[in-house]
Amino acid sequence: MLDKVSALIDIRNVCRSFPKGSGEELLVLENVDLTIRSGEIVGLLGRSGSGKSTLLRIIAGLVKPSSGQASCRGQTIVVPPNGVAMVFQSFALFPWLTVLQNVELGLEALGIDAAERRKRALSAIDLIGLDGFESAYPKELSGGMRQRVGFARALVVHPDLLLMDEPFSALDVLTAETLRTDLIDLWIEGRLPIKSVLMVTHNIEEAVLMCDRILVFSSNPGRVAAEIKVEMTHPRNRLDPHFRQLVDSIYARMTQRAEPKAPSTEGIPGSGIGLALHHVSSNVLSGLIETLAGAPYHGHADLPVIASQLQLEADDILHLGESLQLLRFAHLSEGDLMLTDAGKRFANLETDSRKRLFAEHLVAFVPVMGLIRRVLDERPSHTAPAARFRNELEDYMSEEYADETLKTVVSWGRYAELFAYDEQSETFSLENPGESA
Amino acid sequence: MKPVDFRTTAIGRTLLPNVWDVVALLLVIGAMVLIVYGGEQTTAPLSELERTPVSLNPANLPLYALRTVLRMLLAIVCSTIFTFIYAAIAAKSRRAEMVMIPVLDILQSVPILGFLTFTVVFFMNLFPSQVLGAELASVFAIFTSQAWNMTFSMYQSMRNVPKDLEEAAQSFHLSGWQRFWRLDVPFAMPGLIWNAMMSMSGGWFFVVASEAITVGNTTVTLPGIGSYVALGIQQRDLPAIFYAILTMLFVIIAYDQLLFRPIVAWADKFRFEQTASGEAPASWVLDLFRRTRALRALTLPFSAFNRVISNLRIPLPRLQPPTKAKSRPSRLLDGTWIAFILAGTAYAAWMTYRYLSASLGLPDVVLVIRDGLITLLRVVILISLATLIWVPVGVWIGLRPKLAERVQPLAQFLAAFPANLAFPVFVVAIVSFRLNPDVWLSPLMILGTQWYILFNVIAGASAFPTDLREAASSLHLGGWRWWFKAIIPGVFPYYITGAITASGGSWNASIVAEVASWGDTHLKASGLGAYIASATEAGDFPRVVLGIAAMCILVTLFNRLVWRPLYAFGERRLRLG
Repeated sequence: MLDKVSALIDIRNVCRSFPKGSGEELLVLENVDLTIRSGEIVGLLGRSGSGKSTLLRIIAGLVKPSSGQASCRGQTIVVPPNGVAMVFQSFALFPWLTVLQNVELGLEALGIDAAERRKRALSAIDLIGLDGFESAYPKELSGGMRQRVGFARALVVHPDLLLMDEPFSALDVLTAETLRTDLIDLWIEGRLPIKSVLMVTHNIEEAVLMCDRILVFSSNPGRVAAEIKVEMTHPRNRLDPHFRQLVDSIYARMTQRAEPKAPSTEGIPGSGIGLALHHVSSNVLSGLIETLAGAPYHGHADLPVIASQLQLEADDILHLGESLQLLRFAHLSEGDLMLTDAGKRFANLETDSRKRLFAEHLVAFVPVMGLIRRVLDERPSHTAPAARFRNELEDYMSEEYADETLKTVVSWGRYAELFAYDEQSETFSLENPGESA
Repeated sequence: MKPVDFRTTAIGRTLLPNVWDVVALLLVIGAMVLIVYGGEQTTAPLSELERTPVSLNPANLPLYALRTVLRMLLAIVCSTIFTFIYAAIAAKSRRAEMVMIPVLDILQSVPILGFLTFTVVFFMNLFPSQVLGAELASVFAIFTSQAWNMTFSMYQSMRNVPKDLEEAAQSFHLSGWQRFWRLDVPFAMPGLIWNAMMSMSGGWFFVVASEAITVGNTTVTLPGIGSYVALGIQQRDLPAIFYAILTMLFVIIAYDQLLFRPIVAWADKFRFEQTASGEAPASWVLDLFRRTRALRALTLPFSAFNRVISNLRIPLPRLQPPTKAKSRPSRLLDGTWIAFILAGTAYAAWMTYRYLSASLGLPDVVLVIRDGLITLLRVVILISLATLIWVPVGVWIGLRPKLAERVQPLAQFLAAFPANLAFPVFVVAIVSFRLNPDVWLSPLMILGTQWYILFNVIAGASAFPTDLREAASSLHLGGWRWWFKAIIPGVFPYYITGAITASGGSWNASIVAEVASWGDTHLKASGLGAYIASATEAGDFPRVVLGIAAMCILVTLFNRLVWRPLYAFGERRLRLG
């Protein structure tokens, strides 16, 4: 155990829950412990919905923990603590302020006088490579330049801890890489006026490239599943076998089964009717099945390999893999994705037969699909309002998840021609489209 | 992308004036002199009005116009201040919001000219025997026509501030006061300015109507274009009416060019978008100010002042972020608050009932309902007619970009033009051809408001995507099918926006349109507007209250049952992109 003085941030047993649609609480963070010391870059790596952004916001003083202790330099975090600055995924720049004014904003709030403000802002702008853009408005800049403003705005207050919430995920691949290396270069040269960095990411390679320590989060509820130390020195080489090995092992860890009893729903929260579905287009699913079935995979692919071929982030490929696993078209384990027999059959079928197979699997393996179909068959009118199913879903999950699940149900059900859905009246029916109009 | 011109903001610029400085300086000083002169007039005693009555000499018109303009200016300043305070409270306090927002919604449908009856008496009593009282009543009437939609817009913006900016403001330790000026106000700015422009364009109608007003035995004639026209009507002087119309034309163009264009062009930077798109609005006045060195130096103290104001450390209660744990609102306090509101409402209802039942009976209510239905019928027929005429015309114009560019400002100008100035021209025709006032006075109600339909439809047709037009023609859509499958659904959301404004305006206009006079000839159509107008003239307050309440209820019901569902349908199903 560390003494409190050298710990910049100390998180003990923090839980956080949000109210569900049914009025109950949905636990998103469970008993999280985290200590951040001076001089390290710590990464929070996990799937969307694993609560890593919530943890970041607890440290930023934007969200309060439901229970547990969060402190910054020994002081309990109630309001945004001094000495902590944040960089946002969406940049969060004020569009009506110029680059210079945006950067000065944080200093103004601290009541620093104009001359000092200007001096510090200009030096932060200089440091982050924004020279010449001082009087430009954010909308005149490219995404990469905008995020540089975000960095300058955070650095100008000379924070001890820099929080980064998926800072590169809104940028294109090339821009993101440039910004990452620029930042790491400044960090190893000791030119950043900060002591530590805490970054949230769902990009495994990014975490391995930048962090000294990675906390892997498991989902539902968010928990620290593993802590991985990255001992490689900066600058790191993505092609280094050591680097590849680490990325592979993290992939494997994220697809590891926690409980062998329920293989089909791993990674997907809930069970039975309460299974929360992640919206994935049926087009993308069939595309992935075809890719997996064809050369060079022949039904068996290494996740990092296929992710980089399809230019997908870890989070996306995992969602796809899990959806295929749920439908029993593929099998996910130890960082590999393997087609099942049904999946291989699907790849060789014509459109109509594919739809029939898809429909069979939906009814058999997605409980809410079976329920909707049963209700529609039983009712004399063969119609049912969406609200009926939404209410039932909200007993198990938050409104947001219920919405997403219902959206998925509608799009998969339409593809499989299991039922029709009228957006206007929000009703499911067995009518063929067109007959009602 | 346009290169950024750094020279304009370079620090070591010279202070030597250029040619533009002279032009701009003259504009500024001229405006100041005019404001001071106009202001001096308002503090004069009321007897001054009687010694120098309004005269029909066209040479006086510029000064009358100035008085009218100043009233407008004062009203918009009041509206803006009111908007900031009311919207901020409603957006930050949940309990206040419960009452304030429905109240605002009802106030929007109260006929403004009905208000005037009470406010004239109130302000005249507040400043007895001073012009100021009557001036304030007039300004208040304009204020009531402007403030509500501006407040709504601001409130909605404040509730929809993007979450990431909110978090950024919080995490960079902005105080509540700083947050308001740095985040809430700028974010609300584009909507606020658009609504202020709409308010202004509606306001001209009311400034004209409120300058010459008779309540019972009190007749107030404030020098201005409106009273000039009123006198012209009294003396059957058609040329004078034309002079007034001409002056108004000039005033509205000047207001647009000198005030709103520059503000719109300046406020372009507040538009919440992360990428530059479309053409930025331009204004020669703003360019003038940006090009002049000395004038820009003049504005520096203002921006410094602005900075100081927004950085003042005034503690304001922060809007509680909804994600915070353990901040569940107290049920008990809520209950008490709701009980308190209900008690107040019950008391107000009882007071109203007692006041009205003292002098009015059931027959009056029946009469008001009948009149209300007649006016409702008029509004429905007129809006339908205007739709049949202006939708095809608007589409035809809107699909021709060159033409639309020229017609659009004209249509917006016509919407702003106070139609009541032109009423006499129509009344003269009705009188001389002996037409039935019940039918022929009706078009006056929509004279000024039909343009809202036109310019919104033009905007909708201009925004109709080219690829959809091309798709329609490659599918050989023609005739009725083209209208009903392609273009009408495309412009529908725009049309509804215009029609809502037009319908609201028509209700208001009925108070001045259903009764008209030319010299000694008085025309009267039966309807709720005429009912309110007659009651006002007779100083019969219970009947005014009853009439206003009836109109309020009718307008609210009409909005809820017809316009809102249509608007929601358009937004949900037919909004492109």
